[in-house]
Amino acid sequence: MSAIKLTVNGKAVSAEIEDRTLLVHLLRDHLNLTGTHVGCDTSQCGACVVHIDGRAVKSCTVLAGQAAGSSVTTIEGIAKGDELHPMQAAFRDNHGLQCGFCTPGMIMSAIDIVHRHGGKLDEETVRHELEGNICRCTGYHNIVKSVLDAAGRMKMSRAAE
Amino acid sequence: MGVEGIGARVVRKEDRRFTTGRGRYVDDIKILGMTYAHFIRTPHAHAKVKSIDSSAAMQMPGVVAVLTGKQIVDDKVGNLICVWAITSKDGTPMKMGAWPAMAPETVRFVGQAVAVVIGETKNQARDAAEAVVVDYEELPVVADVKAAIAPGAPQLHPEAPGNIIYDWHIGDQAAADGAFKSAANIVSMDVINNRLVPNAMEPRAAVADYDTAEDHYTLYTTSQNPHVARLVLSAFYNIAPEHKLRVIAPDVGGGFGSKIYIYPEEMVSLWASKKVGRPVKWTGDRSEAFLTDAHGRDHLTHADMAFDKDNRIIGLRVKTHANLGAYMSLFSSSVPTYLYATLLPGQYNIPAIYAEVIAVYTNTTPVDAYRGAGRPEASYLLERMMETAARQLKVDPAELRRKNFITQFPHQTPVIMAYDIGDFGASLDSAMKAIDYAGFPTRKAKAKSEGKLRGIGVSCYIEACGIAPSKAVGSLGAGVGLWESAEVRVNPVGTIEILTGSHSHGQGHETTFCQLVAERLGVPISQVQIVHGDADKVQFGMGTYGSRSAAVGLTAILKAMEKVETKAKKIAAHQLEASESDIVIENGEFKATGTDKSIALPMVALAAYTAHNLPDGMEPGLKEGAFYDPTNFTFPAGTYICELEVDPSTGKTSFVNFVAADDFGRLINPMIVEGQVHGGLAQGIGQALLEHAVFDANGQPVTASFMDYAMPRADDLPSFKLSHTTTLCPGNPLGVKGCGEAGAIGSSAAVINAITDAIGNNKLEMPATPDRVWHAIHG
Ligand code: FES
Ligand code: FES
Repeated sequence: MSAIKLTVNGKAVSAEIEDRTLLVHLLRDHLNLTGTHVGCDTSQCGACVVHIDGRAVKSCTVLAGQAAGSSVTTIEGIAKGDELHPMQAAFRDNHGLQCGFCTPGMIMSAIDIVHRHGGKLDEETVRHELEGNICRCTGYHNIVKSVLDAAGRMKMSRAAE
Repeated sequence: MGVEGIGARVVRKEDRRFTTGRGRYVDDIKILGMTYAHFIRTPHAHAKVKSIDSSAAMQMPGVVAVLTGKQIVDDKVGNLICVWAITSKDGTPMKMGAWPAMAPETVRFVGQAVAVVIGETKNQARDAAEAVVVDYEELPVVADVKAAIAPGAPQLHPEAPGNIIYDWHIGDQAAADGAFKSAANIVSMDVINNRLVPNAMEPRAAVADYDTAEDHYTLYTTSQNPHVARLVLSAFYNIAPEHKLRVIAPDVGGGFGSKIYIYPEEMVSLWASKKVGRPVKWTGDRSEAFLTDAHGRDHLTHADMAFDKDNRIIGLRVKTHANLGAYMSLFSSSVPTYLYATLLPGQYNIPAIYAEVIAVYTNTTPVDAYRGAGRPEASYLLERMMETAARQLKVDPAELRRKNFITQFPHQTPVIMAYDIGDFGASLDSAMKAIDYAGFPTRKAKAKSEGKLRGIGVSCYIEACGIAPSKAVGSLGAGVGLWESAEVRVNPVGTIEILTGSHSHGQGHETTFCQLVAERLGVPISQVQIVHGDADKVQFGMGTYGSRSAAVGLTAILKAMEKVETKAKKIAAHQLEASESDIVIENGEFKATGTDKSIALPMVALAAYTAHNLPDGMEPGLKEGAFYDPTNFTFPAGTYICELEVDPSTGKTSFVNFVAADDFGRLINPMIVEGQVHGGLAQGIGQALLEHAVFDANGQPVTASFMDYAMPRADDLPSFKLSHTTTLCPGNPLGVKGCGEAGAIGSSAAVINAITDAIGNNKLEMPATPDRVWHAIHG
């Protein structure tokens, strides 16, 4: 067992965990942040994507201990109060989700894609960059649309700030 | 249509929850004192369980119990069953082998559970499972249909000699043979419909909680039909009587058929919860999903089609071997029979059909209904035959189809179905226009000059949704009725709750069902709430599968709504001192026509509950229920056309265009309908190009993780072009047909037809991987 300290969604947290605990289990089982999902055991599906220090990471491939001292953002941490993050709003407006199980991971990956590509996003790039995330419901058509839509919204919201 | 009524593209109510991580799936549930189950599964496809030694495991930290197959059998928990009875040609009933929830003696597929460890934590249960020693004696394995029916093959179940579950037929053999005798042309083909793994993104899970004081069980489960789960668990599996068992299916992360069934893990969790006196949670991981979720498809078929000299189809003969795996899953027997063979005419006027289906046991994961269930198998076979026929007869594939379309409705097929309505020509026209079918030869020539092989593939599908009526399915062997129930509750201040037996696991019921109420009463959908998925809240329901939610579930709500409206109008008339027949409902107001008198819905509702001033003798309250049993299936249909290019040097396929023209009857929410089609197309295209569940000769699953089983990713798929033509379904008052499976049913054949067109070689099976395509080109 080890004690670790990190920041999750802007709050300092500490936990006493087994050394083998994965970040996803720290989030789900210890911190009750169940928005981060587990869809596979081989790091292929992306349902578990969170941000560590601003970068998208599959939380099922990271030991909780490795995240010690860093700042983790989960799906629960991206909206501003009642106001959805532009990516969340774009997924809703473009029907980019059905059962919603892949959605938190998709949104976290998508935000990172937009951050990395800025205004230079096109359909091909989005499809390529989403290769670490599997959705069984939507056929991706509306997810791709959502990400492209959000890219514009995120630019505008940055400009407004 | 109001802004939120029927036909409006309303953004989904449930999405705020899902996009913010506030969904509540089974694995998110925690109960005080909860323990964790980890199953011990056989690594052998066929073996005797000689002994299980758990003594070392019991000494390990955090181990609460190790429970075995022998114990569950001793406790008289029932065997799993298949509830759709099929009768063989010779009049004998299907031969069902026993399937205990954990194997006490014999295991028959890799991954079958033999014991379960209950631990204080997930990891402790998992660690202890490593220390349980199971001694197996391996038995000979049959891993595919041909091996299973070969003379002298190892026998899986004593009940099923020759490993044959049933040898069933439908249609008129003499009439079909007669057609072939007089045929001008005969087209023959062998077609494989390969095995798929459903892979809903949320793995199956269960939380079972036995309350000693009340002798009452609660089960949270990833189910598409919690009420049916409760019925089966109580009526057949001896877990608990219905009133002592509450089944809740909260948010469920996709089902596609795989979450219709009752699986051993739910039964064991419930039983174990009583045994250890603590709540028990089991969460499957992806490997367990690959091994134990009911698989889909797996047909081997030979078919012949007879044409007259004018290229009209005069007969169809089909012989299919269906692999049902090692045990008969809940509805498995119906899939290759009544859900498959009855759709073999497709959109065509085929006067004589004869189909035989032989269902076979093998040492593989059980197979059951999966996205489309039988209909994709029928459609793929028929549409590959049509394409092959067009090439053999040297006519345009679209025109051959058009010539044979059914154009008069209602149409009675020779294999049970009575198609109520359709306009197949309209869908074909719409798809051909969208893809510029006429311009294809020019595009193909241009591609050729650039060293690419371009192909176009057409597929015209029909499906039968909303399986019904109960009387008819009962006569065909179904063990359940297939109606739906609903209750509409208007609360004292005018908000509305709809209780439905349908279950939403991605289909957006929380929005579309409210749209119906918004349409009828003119209230915003924010005032309406769906209650579903809880056997303690909703009295009964049949759940969601077979695209039945709108045609059956929503119609049940409509029936209950009508009763509510009737009573509300009586109250309004009394309050307004008007005649009941003069009351109309407009924008949430009850108006007396010809006057300026009106009363808003909340005031009517309040009057119903204060009961100070109601018509004499009226019962207070405003809530009504209805059960709805449809009169027929619904028949969504459409045309899909795919244009693609094959790189002859690599065998790789790339999409140029994919168009879908569907007729789903009335669309409640076109945005949601389109989303459903996209998902279905992804499945059908996934099967055509990528997905394939492989077992080796020893019955070892070779594709048991996302590393080996190729799930379609965003990069593998095109953006789709959708259009809709509409014939309103006459069978239900809403005119809806269903849309959830269409894409999966129609698209595989379009893709394979396009590839075979491109490469000029018809010998190609799914999935058409670059390797297979390359070999088809180069031999
Ligand atoms: S759960 Fe992390 S990638 Fe699947
Ligand atoms: S929305 Fe269901 S898996 Fe993506």
